[in-house]
Amino acid sequence: MAFCQSGPAMGYSIFSLIRHALTGNRHWTPVWRDPEPKEFYDTIMVGRGGHGLSTAYYLAKEHGVTDVAVVEKGYLGSGNVGRNTTIIRSNYLLPHNTHFYEKSLQLWEGLEQDINYNAMVSQRGVLNLYHSDSQRDAYARRGNAMRLAGADSELLDREQVRAMVPGLDMENGRFPIRGGLLQRRGGNVRHDAVAWGYARAADRRGVDMLQNTEVIGIRVEGGRVKGVETTRGFIGANRVGLAAAGNSSRVAAMAGLRLPIETHVLQAFVSEAVKPLVHQVVTYGAGHFYISQSDKGGLVFGGDLDGYSSYAQRGNLPLVEDVMESAVQLFPQVSRLRYLRQWGGVMDMSMDGSPIIDRTPIEGLFLNCGWCYGGFKATPASGWCFAHTIATGTAHALNAGFRLDRFATGAVLSEAGHGAQPNKH
Amino acid sequence: MRIDCPHCGERGSAEFSYLGAADPKRPAANASAEAWHDYVYLRENPAGPLRELWQHVHGCRQWLVVTRDTRNHLVLGVEVCRGRAV
Repeated sequence: MAFCQSGPAMGYSIFSLIRHALTGNRHWTPVWRDPEPKEFYDTIMVGRGGHGLSTAYYLAKEHGVTDVAVVEKGYLGSGNVGRNTTIIRSNYLLPHNTHFYEKSLQLWEGLEQDINYNAMVSQRGVLNLYHSDSQRDAYARRGNAMRLAGADSELLDREQVRAMVPGLDMENGRFPIRGGLLQRRGGNVRHDAVAWGYARAADRRGVDMLQNTEVIGIRVEGGRVKGVETTRGFIGANRVGLAAAGNSSRVAAMAGLRLPIETHVLQAFVSEAVKPLVHQVVTYGAGHFYISQSDKGGLVFGGDLDGYSSYAQRGNLPLVEDVMESAVQLFPQVSRLRYLRQWGGVMDMSMDGSPIIDRTPIEGLFLNCGWCYGGFKATPASGWCFAHTIATGTAHALNAGFRLDRFATGAVLSEAGHGAQPNKH
Repeated sequence: MRIDCPHCGERGSAEFSYLGAADPKRPAANASAEAWHDYVYLRENPAGPLRELWQHVHGCRQWLVVTRDTRNHLVLGVEVCRGRAV
């Protein structure tokens, strides 16, 4: 009996799986509580996507802050954490980004043991293709920057790429493939499991998950945050952290803040299941396109933003056509494949393409936004750094560059160098 | 999504290019750094009707002010963008 009590209640293991299988899987219990909101919490996280959940988890684990509620207008993981292309990588160029995303990749590597949850972390490699001499030089430079930051990278030539990804059209007449930049430690993670696993781990440390609790106001008195007005009444707090992704501008506006953010729609696609075709994550260097294959066999792929402000969670057909054209340019054999489904998520596009994890001018109010379309891979480090910033009141060295005021001071972090054009990052 | 160009009639959005919100006004050259920061970087980013600048690049090449609901992509109005620097 002691074994039973220490089984599912304490953690998942091969023994608990076998025992539940032998009893017909009838005895699984809910993995997080559904509590009534308290009147007051030390810290409230607004937004229960991946970043809000991981922040709550690291607040409890790393800083001992367990009097925490995570409020969410819908159900848990109903936003971008449940609708992305599940890619993890740390192949950035600028120092602040390389160190931050490398920390994130390291957290991914230990995540499943840490939260006792199978997130299906699969380090199958991320391969960025190059198609010209100048692009090879740029990728060589990026690879060097990655290794300087402690990440791994390998510059592959044409024959190495051909051997690694046999399905590619290497001889594409317009954009022949010359090689690629490979990060072997990159790959995919089961995105829903990330939300569920962090929620369960945070719940076990005492964090309250408040579903269907929409924030409709932020109470600020004398320049200090006092709590949030929700559809289930006012909840007081010493500190409030905002991690609302595409809705960041709307939530911040409740506290009178204007953000350097535009919200845009990004579409993604899944094809019918086929036999193994792509074993890595492959990105197209002559277009904006990335593809991987799920364990069920569906090709998971996406491309560029539609390009205009949108909260609609759906895109339009010109971009669908653009993405399909890129797919066929790389893998001509997919032209006869049917796609199963397509969806759109709303992205908090920052003005320089880099995120914001910082305090705000309002005492006790903290901001986490600007993830553009790269928020998923950042989930662990974003929460880790945001928890540090909230708990200590100061940024960690890893997010010291992600300041809200960098646009005013000129210390912008633009990987692409496009200027203040959020639809072009 | 289709935009009713005052010169060319209703056309698919792929004929147009997008710049962004139409209402931020360019400050004077000698305006304060804060004013320039607000103009270049800060956005209202509403969920709802938004006045925005589109150019009919594959048509009449005119700049237009399109009022569009960002929640459902409905185009609520289109005007020619006259008398202002874009």
